[in-house]
Amino acid sequence: MKLIRSIYEWLDERLDLGELSAPLRHKTVPVHYHSVWYYLGGITLFLFGVQVVTGILLLLYYRPGVNEAFESVQYIVTRVQFGWLIRSIHSWAANLMVFTAFIHMFSVLFLRAYRRPREMTWVSGMLLLFLTMGFGFSGYLLPWNELAYFATQVGTDIVGQVPVIGHPLMVFLRGGEDVSGATLSRFFGFHVAVLPGITVALLAIHLFLIQRQGISVPPGMEAAANALAYLRKHDPAAAELWLQRAGFPEQRSMKFFPNFFLRELMAWYVALGVLGALAALFPWELGTKADPFAPAPAGIKPEWYFMFMFQTLKLIPAKVGPIDGELLGIGLFGVAGGIWLLLPFLNLQGKGRRSQLVMGLGIFALTYMIAMTIYGYLAK
Amino acid sequence: MENKDCGCPRRENPDFLDSGLLPAGSPGTPFASTRRRLIEILLGSGFLASIASFLYPVARYLVPPAVSDLGSDEVIAAKVGDLKPNSGKIFKFGSRPGLLLLNAEGEYKALAGTCTHLSCTVQYRGDLQQVWCACHNGIYGQDGRNISGPPPRPLESFQVVVRGQEIVVRRTMRA
Repeated sequence: MKLIRSIYEWLDERLDLGELSAPLRHKTVPVHYHSVWYYLGGITLFLFGVQVVTGILLLLYYRPGVNEAFESVQYIVTRVQFGWLIRSIHSWAANLMVFTAFIHMFSVLFLRAYRRPREMTWVSGMLLLFLTMGFGFSGYLLPWNELAYFATQVGTDIVGQVPVIGHPLMVFLRGGEDVSGATLSRFFGFHVAVLPGITVALLAIHLFLIQRQGISVPPGMEAAANALAYLRKHDPAAAELWLQRAGFPEQRSMKFFPNFFLRELMAWYVALGVLGALAALFPWELGTKADPFAPAPAGIKPEWYFMFMFQTLKLIPAKVGPIDGELLGIGLFGVAGGIWLLLPFLNLQGKGRRSQLVMGLGIFALTYMIAMTIYGYLAK
Repeated sequence: MENKDCGCPRRENPDFLDSGLLPAGSPGTPFASTRRRLIEILLGSGFLASIASFLYPVARYLVPPAVSDLGSDEVIAAKVGDLKPNSGKIFKFGSRPGLLLLNAEGEYKALAGTCTHLSCTVQYRGDLQQVWCACHNGIYGQDGRNISGPPPRPLESFQVVVRGQEIVVRRTMRA
């Protein structure tokens, strides 16, 4: 302890760490009925950390390439000690991370935390969500198994349907006209270099914005707190009276460090426990090696987080009036994604009829995604 | 009377308190603080033990699985006539290189091909009639003895048997 203390003092003397950590010490987290949602962003961040660590570990043995990828993953899960566990954790954490990122997004939406002045935090968060899905899509192919091969075939084909830019984009993604070894090399590059690089930069911006602007409180509580502050300034006695009469609890908050931080650590610990249990009890399957000249197996499915889109595309008929059905579906999802990215600009104040519109959209989207996902799994 | 720290009934320990070991104004009673300390130790050691259990699989994972050395103790290094007198050839002996040489007198010799200095692969130099390592100018005799340069130990030498048209290299058995 004394040693740590003296190392800290040595560094502090040279770097003035006290000043550097001051914002962290002054940061507070609002405490209210919905505070539980504040943990989800942190859990997503933690799972990202797990992905980085287990991903680097997998890189020690994984070899990209049509003749080696499947065999190297097989080697990891059968020969390397605890290799099955590391791979299983990587797969499970990926899925849990998408899940918590979605919950984080919807909780921010329903608590109206996207409103002015936090538009940039929302936009960076949405981009991170898209990147997370990109990680999922590119990582899915890397074991080069049958399911992944055809999922990538279908997924990149959908990209190819987009008018004008679709075909060149598909060729860029596949590294040619077909899903082949070139696709595997590219997806490997995207998955381990391009996406992590962009993600870390965006994550830094996202966290900086949260640090800079503080944590949002729901608009009703914020308005009450502002009114109370106003009253206190001009008529303290009335303020106290109002506080008693309304029975309105004064807005409470806890220090970020160490109070919230330690709670967040506990949440991470629980997340790790859940992750370890899932990975150990339900090890991720490897399946059979991809064979480009074998027919697609029955029951081919994308990852669950793409399921609602997959199912929608299956339901749209081949032609809707003069428009190609597939194209219509892709167009609609493109528009929806765009609207979602820029959602705060529909409702900058976080109140009024515009706010109801955004809430309605949120409830619709959530219901639609859940319903279509369930439908997708039930439908044969 | 209640303990300020934990709100639990205060347990007096006059002997200890009166002993003057505690500085004046120490918070809580000695009992309360040892109880807290005990909980801290239990929680802390449990936490650390769980962290160790997370790191253990990672540490084991980092150790590459042992590659079974598929090379047997015997290998066909070359065919008769492959080598001209006073020349050498690298052959695969298991997973490592070996050096087969035919000296000017027409005698076959086989040595480990890995330099004992920093593991470069050696070669036979006809002009020197010696085995040479290009990395740091290490020189071995035809029997593998380290003659000059940095190599600290001789090269392991193998037994050579000419069996019909095949030149077989055999690892000499050690007792």
